[in-house]
Amino acid sequence: MSTAESIRAGDIRLASRLIRNLEDKNPRARELVKELFPYTGKARVLGLTGAPGAGKSTITDYLISSYRATGQQVGVLAVDPTSPFSGGAILGDRVRMQKHAQDRGVFIRSLATRGALGGLAAAVDDAVHVLDAMGMDCIILETVGTGQSEVDVMNNAHSVILTLTPGLGDEVQTLKAGIMEIADLFLINKADQKGASKLYQELMRMLNMAQEHHAGWRPPVLLLQNIAHPEEFARQVEEVRNKIDEHYQVLLDKDILGQRERRKARLQLGNSLRASLLDPVVRQLEQSGEMDRLVRQIVDKTSDPHTLADELRDRFLR
Amino acid sequence: MAERNLRVMVAKPGLDGHDRGARVLARSFRDAGYEVIYTGCHQTPEQIVEAALQEDVDLIGLSCLSGAHKHLFPRVVRLLEERDAGDIPVIGGGIIPDKDISYLYEQGIREVFTPGTHLQTILDWIENNVASREAL
Repeated sequence: MSTAESIRAGDIRLASRLIRNLEDKNPRARELVKELFPYTGKARVLGLTGAPGAGKSTITDYLISSYRATGQQVGVLAVDPTSPFSGGAILGDRVRMQKHAQDRGVFIRSLATRGALGGLAAAVDDAVHVLDAMGMDCIILETVGTGQSEVDVMNNAHSVILTLTPGLGDEVQTLKAGIMEIADLFLINKADQKGASKLYQELMRMLNMAQEHHAGWRPPVLLLQNIAHPEEFARQVEEVRNKIDEHYQVLLDKDILGQRERRKARLQLGNSLRASLLDPVVRQLEQSGEMDRLVRQIVDKTSDPHTLADELRDRFLR
Repeated sequence: MAERNLRVMVAKPGLDGHDRGARVLARSFRDAGYEVIYTGCHQTPEQIVEAALQEDVDLIGLSCLSGAHKHLFPRVVRLLEERDAGDIPVIGGGIIPDKDISYLYEQGIREVFTPGTHLQTILDWIENNVASREAL
């Protein structure tokens, strides 16, 4: 069996290795994605985002159970931040999901951001293709803990779920552009804490102000509470899954899925083009030591970044 | 081009909730530039091995302070072998009597670090003994 065939047949360790090579921008990994791509397009992709500690991993854990109960295979890509100093990372989202470790119908892979600022990792686009080609019915993308502007998940997910918690800021926060706009579903987690009903009212007012909702879908706001009682929490997450399914049906009925797929394809082509043009150039500059010389010219003010970039473009893109 | 980060799992097998040491190690691995998969407490050897495969790790570090290391550490090594992943090195640490250490070596644990070990000693061992998985 070829490597691509083994991955499609469910070899999890090989799939994880491929994702790692994609993270490392290994040229051979791109070739494997080319082989896998014809088998993609069947998976539903959910994006789960929200602030650090809002409960994304815990909710992911319960969503996995919920989808598994319907017999679906579930893939999870969980992203945590890379240190800007050491390049290391603590990938700790699994802590909340370890009860699924032995379930062969679940594949959980942690990724570090490695400098990506949009809430995901650069390799996520391709990692989704890998999980999709493996036959995962549902893929959950868990972003890093996000603030206001990490919205990349909207380009990868069919449905975006934003997890909020009470006690963060006043109503002005709900007016702001960015992450509050991308949610197809709002969750107020830890709703047994003070401020949950205020947050709920603020979200309602925000949604009421919208001139029209995309595709006529008004994002529902669901409350989650009482994590100390797992069965009760699971029932609430069951309701979340119902809403996700309703949203997906709307995407299908109104042919919005096609729009989202086209947007995603356009972005991925742009990203891949940038990578295939830029990565070899940067690699060559680093390996030859020229990068260090160029950096010195900028610092010494004997040249500037734009002049040097133009010169490099003319040289490499002849 | 980005150099290849080591991926290291830090796991606590068995009925042992004392994870301060494991967290200190995870943090120092992070600061050494590794991607650290942290799975938390109360893991079965089966869970640890499946997670290690899913995460494509280069090394598994087990921490045990409960006294069950003679059962739990070798079990992780056996399960890895059963899953054709005996190439992933396993190291251990925790409250481990000196007299148990040679038994653990015999069982395939590559190195054992007991309380008082300098973090740098552990990092040096990893640098000298653990290679990042080859590309496909």
